[in-house]
Amino acid sequence: MTSLSTPRRLAASRDETQASLLLWLLLALLVVAVLLPLAAILGQAMLAADGSFAGLAPLRDTLAQPGLARAAGGSLQVALATTALVLPLAYGYAAALTRVALPGRGLFRLLALLPLLAPSLLPGISLVYLFGHQGLLKSWFADGSIYGFAGIVLGEAFYTFPHALMILLTALAVGDARLYEAARTLGAGPLRRFATITLPATRYGLVSAAMVVFTLVVTDFGVAKVIGGQYPVLAVEAYKQVIGQQNFPRGAVIGLLLLLPALLSFAVDRWLQRRQGTQVSARAQPLQPLRQPLVRLLALLYCSAVGGALLVLLGTAIAAAFIQQWPYQLSFTLQHFDFDLVDGGGWLAFANSLKLALYTALAGTVLVFLGAWGSSKLRTAGTAGQLLHALAMLPMAVPGLVLGLGYIFFFNHAANPLHGLYGTLAILVLCSVAHFYTTAHMTARTALAQLDGDFEPVAASLKVPLWRTLWRVTLPTCLPAVLDIARYFFVSAMTTVSAVIFLYTPDTVLAAVAVLNMDDAGDTAAAAAMATLIVASSGAACLLFALLSHWLLARSQRWRRPL
Amino acid sequence: MKLDPTTLLHKAPPADGAATRPYLTLAGISKRFGQQQVLSQLDLTIGKGEFVCLLGPSGCGKTTLLRQIAGLDVPDSGQIVMDGRDITLLPPAQRDYGIVFQSYALFPNLSVADNIAYGLGGARRDKARRVAELLALIGLDEIAGKYPAQLSGGQQQRVALARALATSPSLLLLDEPLSALDARVREHLRREIRSLQQKLGITTIMVTHDQEEALTMADRVVVMNGGRIEQCATPFTLYREPATRFVASFVGQGNCLAACSRSSQHATLGDVSLLLPAPHGTPPGSALTLFIRPEDLILHPRWPATPDAVLADITKLELLGPIYRVSLHVPAWGAANVVADITHAQLAQLDISLQQRVPVSLNVARLRVFAGEGAQHD
Repeated sequence: MTSLSTPRRLAASRDETQASLLLWLLLALLVVAVLLPLAAILGQAMLAADGSFAGLAPLRDTLAQPGLARAAGGSLQVALATTALVLPLAYGYAAALTRVALPGRGLFRLLALLPLLAPSLLPGISLVYLFGHQGLLKSWFADGSIYGFAGIVLGEAFYTFPHALMILLTALAVGDARLYEAARTLGAGPLRRFATITLPATRYGLVSAAMVVFTLVVTDFGVAKVIGGQYPVLAVEAYKQVIGQQNFPRGAVIGLLLLLPALLSFAVDRWLQRRQGTQVSARAQPLQPLRQPLVRLLALLYCSAVGGALLVLLGTAIAAAFIQQWPYQLSFTLQHFDFDLVDGGGWLAFANSLKLALYTALAGTVLVFLGAWGSSKLRTAGTAGQLLHALAMLPMAVPGLVLGLGYIFFFNHAANPLHGLYGTLAILVLCSVAHFYTTAHMTARTALAQLDGDFEPVAASLKVPLWRTLWRVTLPTCLPAVLDIARYFFVSAMTTVSAVIFLYTPDTVLAAVAVLNMDDAGDTAAAAAMATLIVASSGAACLLFALLSHWLLARSQRWRRPL
Repeated sequence: MKLDPTTLLHKAPPADGAATRPYLTLAGISKRFGQQQVLSQLDLTIGKGEFVCLLGPSGCGKTTLLRQIAGLDVPDSGQIVMDGRDITLLPPAQRDYGIVFQSYALFPNLSVADNIAYGLGGARRDKARRVAELLALIGLDEIAGKYPAQLSGGQQQRVALARALATSPSLLLLDEPLSALDARVREHLRREIRSLQQKLGITTIMVTHDQEEALTMADRVVVMNGGRIEQCATPFTLYREPATRFVASFVGQGNCLAACSRSSQHATLGDVSLLLPAPHGTPPGSALTLFIRPEDLILHPRWPATPDAVLADITKLELLGPIYRVSLHVPAWGAANVVADITHAQLAQLDISLQQRVPVSLNVARLRVFAGEGAQHD
């Protein structure tokens, strides 16, 4: 018998030691980029206005403010209304895409995902142009009632629609045709089949989509900032407290409040994932899309209406960017792209955004892939791997606004040795990588999990170092996912405004921030022009990645094609 | 037949040492996962050039044992010595073996040639020559440029084997290498792997749950159960002289008859008194289990001269292809139900049918005697 003290461990080979070290470094980076800023918010929330420690008093004071209660109520109402609007719309759209033989299915899918290319400020701008004081259709919302609840809900619906749709598409894409056949032979009509088969099978997707929409609305401030008028919401309140009044502790408290729905939705989502299990057995028969002419026509009309509305909201801002003076002088012009005439940062902001998106895509993809690989494939990953995986899940639950606030409190602290980063492009890259880490990490983990777990043991038995297997086998087989991650980072960094709004300086001003500032200054046309540039470059990036992916797949992925 | 009395009534005899000099020695290997003891105090010696199969039901610890040898896991206690070198705590890369997994784990993005060359170093020309050699060895010269997804299961299996052999390791580990293949291919590859192994003289350990595979391929079979070695012996010994009741019932078919010890070499089975092939060493009056293979039950066309023949009722007659399996009820053996295997020729000679009685006797020399009664598993 051996002693029960320390369990024996295999000695690590040199490459394994190096990889473990790398994993610990990545973990340290995540701690700095995510955990410490969040801790800084907690600390800041306990300071009095003069910077002295005050325990829970500032929290109590802030919560007692009538303004805050109003803002919380406003956020809640807007979020509930948006969820109630988006969920059925997206469910119908997803059902039409997955369950009906819809003509132009790919086009409609693309159309519905277009809002992802735009910052959340864009629908606000479009709404102003459509229904605002000088709007084409201002009679639809009399007395400027678009500025407020109605405008926010419509704008947020545009902004959150693709997020809900993606979840529901996944939920509706799988199904077992045998269940529907059985129901039909038992005499169940279409309504009964929907209520007893489709709805139960997609209930987790529905809850998940509802949580995502709710959280996005509560934590977004782009739409409310542009079209919200005097309507109080938490996100704008936090922005005003920090940027307008330099009241950091109060900003921190609101930040903590914003964290609540996100944490709740995160917890619900994890709980659902555990309950969900596998619903579709391996023997399930694939669904046959509905082909009845009437169903197809109705689906086509429905998707055209919803997709058309999204297109109008996107297109209005873009159109306004090229129009002399909306709505009085509709001649074509490029003068709104001459940003020298307005404040906000102009072409420098656009160039900075491109740089930020590029660096975020590069750094983010490398860091995320190495982290996912190390935490899932490395024999010696151990504690570092588990911690990294846990920490990688955290950013999903942290709204960008809160993360940005955390960065101010953490990096702007004089005692922080990393203080020098503050105000540089580097901190914006770090913040963006951290902000979008979770989705990228999950994508990488999913791709890696599909690889045979015996690759590494085989390679080790052949005495081939880990790095060579990573380079020659793991990376090439995961290439489509890697490109997906890079594209996601690029587009997200291009369009985000919430996290970076607190971190930019005149030298590192960004395009999305410029949209906000131009709109604030009343230069709505210039804001629309800048938003158009963002949409154009995100779209171009997506196109570029699609081409690159296509070319790489054709060139290096010959092995995917059976003979 | 002369039997060593120590193998009787003995739970797990020590491996009778390898014929050649020991190459791999496992001593006192134990491993537990949480509350479950997966391997307990396991000893095994494998000789140079030997082909050893680890055989057992799922969960018996055979794959866990292979993982300890491969360095994919570390035993809680015990020592693994390979070629005189203690490798217990060495990482896989510092051991010297090639491995073929159940999934083959072929790199999908590399061609067959690149897969085989994966562990090879040195000049491009040398690598190409070695790959050509190996492709010729596995008889698949023409598929060098294909990708794994374009190969059949049997081809993939052979490529995985060639990759494992490419660096000329001194030990080959096979983890259920044939279980993903269909029966015909499997049978063909059994022979092919065995002849390859003999040609190269490489020490080989194969994990399998398929007894036929183990019996046809291995020099020695290690039967495992509940994390212990039940018996380690040649296929012949294993089949003819199972050391424990578990081995007797796990390997091949058999009948267990409840008997009672009368003297040092006598036992009573129902109404019949038997002279056993060897002393069994249990006190008179204690329970015994007699184990006999279906082919060692003899059905007689006429009443035989042997004193211990009894009458049996035929309850079922099954055709298993080359043989018939006859189910019998034997009142004189304590109302035992047994099965006997007979050839087509024997059946014709017997001229029997259902609901008929037939004289039956035991080939006493082939009886295996275990202490205790009843259940087939310990």
